[in-house]
Amino acid sequence: MHTARTNPLNTLAMHGALILYTLIALFPVFVILINSFKTRKAIFREPLSLPTADSFSMIGYQTVMKQGDFFLYFQNSMIVTVASLFFILLFGAMAAFALSEYRFRGNMLMGLYLALGIMIPIRIGTVAILEMMVATGLVNSLLALILVYTAQGLPLAVFILSEFMRQVSDDLKNAGRIDGLTEYTIFFKLVLPLVRPAMATVAVFNMIPIWNDLWFPLILAPAEEVKTLTLGSQVFIGQFVTDWNAVLSALSMAILPVLILYVIFSRQLIRGITSGAVK
Amino acid sequence: MTALTLKGINKSFGTVHVLKDIDLEVEEGEFVVFVGPSGCGKSTLLRVISGLEDASSGEITIDGKVVNATPPAKRGIAMVFQSYALYPHLNVRGNMSLALKQERRSKAEIEERVAEASRMLNLTDYLDRFPSELSGGQRQRVAIGRAIVRQPKLFLFDEPLSNLDAALRMNTRLEISKLHRTLSASMIYVTHDQTEAMTLADKIVLLRDGRVEQVGSPMELYNNPANQFVAGFLGAPSMNFLPASTLNEGDNRTLGIRPEDLTLDPEGPLSGKVSHIENLGGDTNLIVDTEGSELTVRLFGQHPIDVGDQIRVSAQQNKQFFFDQDGRRVA
Ligand SMILES: Nc1ncnc2c1ncn2[C@@H]1O[C@H](COP(=O)(O)OP(=O)(O)OP(=O)(O)O)[C@@H](O)[C@H]1O
Ligand SMILES: [Mg+2]
Repeated sequence: MHTARTNPLNTLAMHGALILYTLIALFPVFVILINSFKTRKAIFREPLSLPTADSFSMIGYQTVMKQGDFFLYFQNSMIVTVASLFFILLFGAMAAFALSEYRFRGNMLMGLYLALGIMIPIRIGTVAILEMMVATGLVNSLLALILVYTAQGLPLAVFILSEFMRQVSDDLKNAGRIDGLTEYTIFFKLVLPLVRPAMATVAVFNMIPIWNDLWFPLILAPAEEVKTLTLGSQVFIGQFVTDWNAVLSALSMAILPVLILYVIFSRQLIRGITSGAVK
Repeated sequence: MTALTLKGINKSFGTVHVLKDIDLEVEEGEFVVFVGPSGCGKSTLLRVISGLEDASSGEITIDGKVVNATPPAKRGIAMVFQSYALYPHLNVRGNMSLALKQERRSKAEIEERVAEASRMLNLTDYLDRFPSELSGGQRQRVAIGRAIVRQPKLFLFDEPLSNLDAALRMNTRLEISKLHRTLSASMIYVTHDQTEAMTLADKIVLLRDGRVEQVGSPMELYNNPANQFVAGFLGAPSMNFLPASTLNEGDNRTLGIRPEDLTLDPEGPLSGKVSHIENLGGDTNLIVDTEGSELTVRLFGQHPIDVGDQIRVSAQQNKQFFFDQDGRRVA
C-alpha cells in the first residue's frame, strides 16, 4: 500500500490526468480572454492565436467602459449574488437545523414540502412572481432579485444541509445544552462550523446560476440603475450585429468576481474536509 | 438528604414504551451504577434525569426540588458523554470554563476552579491545547474536568470509558473512583461493563427492558440475586444454569451455580467432557459438556487438564440458587 502511494509512475499518471482536465476546463476561458484583446478582424481570422502587436486592441474594453454604466452593473450583480447567498445559507441552515434536530408534528411533511422546490423550476411561477412584485412595488429593485434567488436556492440548501446536520454528534449538542448554551449559540457556534464544507458546496452550487441569470433581471429589474452585469452585457448582442469585442471583454471582466468568490468558498471547503471534527 | 428521587418515571417515544414505572432514590454522596443489556434504556433514563428528554410521566426531584420543568443547565447536574463531546473550537481551558461563563461567574472564580480541576486531573500542561491535539484519554479527562468545574450536586456519566483501551480504562476507572471520594458528590454512572459496575458502585441498579430488576450493593446482587436474570448478568464467567433434576430426581426448578463454586471431585454428581480450556495463569476456566448442558468451571491456579478429558465435578451445597419456571428465585 505504501509503495503504491509513492510510486512515481502512478503519481505522474495522476497529475497528468488532472493537468489534462484542467487544460480542457480552462480552454474556453482562455479563448475568451485572448480574443478580448484582439481586433474584430483578428478574432474571426485566427480565433485561437494569441494577440500580436498587429492584432492587439483594447477596443472591446473601451466600448464596454463607454457604453452604459458598467461598474454599476458590476456592483448590482455583486450585491444580488452575495446577499442571495447569505440568505440562502442563513435560512437554509436554520431550517435544516430545525428539521434535523427537533421532533415535532409534521416534521417529515415539512421536510418534503421544502424539498419539493428542487423538482419544480421557479421560472414556472414567473408571471405570479411579477404580479406580486408589482403589487408590493418591488419591481426594478435589487431586493426583488434577492428575494427570488433566495427562494430558488433554499430547497436544495435545506435538503443538503439537513442531511449533514443529522450527522453532527448529538452528544456535542447535548453537552452544550447542559452547559447552558442557548439553541442559537449551539446552532451558530457548534453546528455551523462542523457543516462548513456542506455550506461551501451549497454556496458554490448557487453562486454561478445567480451570477449568470438573465431571466429574472430582464423581467423584474430591467431599469438602468438596477441592471445586472449579464443583462447589461446584452446591449452588445444585437439581432443583426453583435459587437464581439465588447461581448468578450465584458465576459472576461465578469469572470473575475466569480473566480474570487469561488476561491474563498473552496478554501473553506478544503479546510472543512481536512480539519476533521473532534470525536 | 437524598440527592435524587425518581417517582413512577415513564418514557415513551411514540408508541415505543422505553422506561416503565421507574422508582429510585440516590443518597447524597452515593455512587450509583446503572447496568443492563444494550437497549434496556440506561441512556434514556440518564437523559430524563438530566432534562435532555422530558419524562412522559412521573416526578424527578433533585436536591429536594421537583425539576420536571427545569432546563438541563439549571438542574445542578453535569454530564460526561461516551464520545467526550468536547467543543472543537475551544481549547481545554475554554471547554472547561464555558459553563461558568454562561452562569456569569467572575473571572477570578472561573480561573480558580479551572486550575483546581486541571490539577486534579493532571491537565495543567494541556490547558492551551485544542481537543484535536489530545489523546483519547486526555480528551476524556477534559470532559470530566468540564463536569467538575461546575461543582454539580449530581454527576451523570454515560459509558465514559467505553472508547478507551483496556489499560487506560482501568486507570481512568481508578481516577473516577478517587474523584468520587475527594469530591464526595453523588454520581450516576451508566455502563454495560460489569467489572466497572462491581468495582465502582455503592449501589447497582440493574435494568432490563426499561424496568428495574434489582437494586442493591454489588455484593447483595451477587450473593443474593432476586431472579435468574440478575444472577446471570453479574459475574464473569456468568452463572451456570441447569435443570435441578440432574441433581435431585423430579425437581422441576432451575439450578444456578457460579463457575467458581464448582470443584473437581472424582465422586462428584456431575460428569462431562472438557471441550475447551482457558488458561489465564492465575485461573483456569473449563468448558465442560455434560449431557444436555454446558458448564463453565473456574478453578484457582493451573491444572494439568486437556481437552477431551472426562472429569467429574461437585457443586458446593450452600452456594446453589434455585429459580422457578418464570425465573424468580425460590431458594
Ligand atoms: N429518540 C428515540 N426515538 C425512538 N426510540 C428511541 C430513541 N432513543 C432511544 N430509543 C429506544 O429506546 C431504547 C433504549 O435506548 P437507550 O439508548 O436508553 O439504551 P441503552 O440502555 O443506553 O443501550 P446501550 O447500552 O446500547 O447504550 C432502545 O430500544 C432505543 O431503540
Ligand atoms: Mg446508552
